[in-house]
Amino acid sequence: MEQLIKKIKGMVHLRAYGKQRDDLHFVTVDKAQLEMILAHLKNYEGFTHLAFLQAVDLLEEGKFRLIYMLYNYSTNVNLGVNVLIDRDNAEMNSIHKLWAHGWQYQRELHELFGIDFPDSPRVHESFVLEGWEEMPPMRRDFDTLEYSNRTFYQRPGRSTNDPAEYMKEKIYKNYPAAPVIRRDNE
Amino acid sequence: MSNKHIDEIENQMKLANESLPEKECSLFADDRPTTVGAFNKYYEGFLNWARSRSLWMLAFGTGCGATELRPLMTSRYDMSRYGIAPRPTPRQASVFVVGGYASIKTIKRIIRSYEQMQGPKYVIALGSCTINGGMYYDSYNTINRLDYYIPVDVYIAGCMPRPEALIAGFNRLKEKIRAGECEGMNEYVEKFDWYKKNQKQIIKDWNMPDYNW
Repeated sequence: MEQLIKKIKGMVHLRAYGKQRDDLHFVTVDKAQLEMILAHLKNYEGFTHLAFLQAVDLLEEGKFRLIYMLYNYSTNVNLGVNVLIDRDNAEMNSIHKLWAHGWQYQRELHELFGIDFPDSPRVHESFVLEGWEEMPPMRRDFDTLEYSNRTFYQRPGRSTNDPAEYMKEKIYKNYPAAPVIRRDNE
Repeated sequence: MSNKHIDEIENQMKLANESLPEKECSLFADDRPTTVGAFNKYYEGFLNWARSRSLWMLAFGTGCGATELRPLMTSRYDMSRYGIAPRPTPRQASVFVVGGYASIKTIKRIIRSYEQMQGPKYVIALGSCTINGGMYYDSYNTINRLDYYIPVDVYIAGCMPRPEALIAGFNRLKEKIRAGECEGMNEYVEKFDWYKKNQKQIIKDWNMPDYNW
């Protein structure tokens, strides 16, 4: 894997590299060089399978992160190729010529995040939301509760039990403090 | 009253079918649904008794709650003991079990299927999502109250309700049918404009006739 990363570094401008597990790696590349590196990984490095294409809304930075997750069947390695694109008028090159099923992911991203893929077939057809008129709902500045209150009818008398509060009240009443799970990074 | 006058009134009674394309309008019926009253009190009582003993359920799993219908249908809980059997098409079904959350895309199909079912027809709403939205109460894509879009006879609360709860719900439905309280179909006709208004408020791409005969 280290050899491959070195090779990628030689080919494109590698913005970041991260290793999560032995079989899960992430690289971040430039928008313009994405297609080239994907084609190389598919044709020469054995990453023949596009597992998914997803977006993450980085609202604070004004960016979308697109994640192209590739899989190598012979070495069982996952490689995520990340690319950052602008959030305003988000647009990206289509990859449906590399992986035929890419158009479906791109159609989904167009509907839920408002990212446009100009060449992709049928990208402007509705996917899950038929006749949607608001802003794309998976963007983080879309207020779903406000939309739900405005659009659907609430039944009065709804109450919720926050699990943490409920357990504190019912189960850990006699304890000075509820047990807290400490994780390694805290 | 002149013939012209009668024609006008008849036209007002027709459904507009506004969202259908012009050339397709002639392909769909534009009649309003009508209420069906009891023919005779005693005869209707007998019919209700018979109806409650042969419920045909539409096997249309609209949400995750449909998972609970599989053990109910098959040998573990075996709902045929109670005279309930699944049917594959709305034309042959009399009970519509709405299984859990209904997204806007699904509620369009639910309405279509419900209207295509032949009367007398009953609706069981399964799960918290159909009552008040459940855990999806703040979702952009799922409705909160099913009874604003189609009339509901029995609610079964839970997330998910177990098959035993479903059996209890079916038995409650049977009691209601025998008591002659399941008038959802007539209610739908009487408040037709209100239901249509609510439905069209959320279904923005209404591309079917106003009533699916």
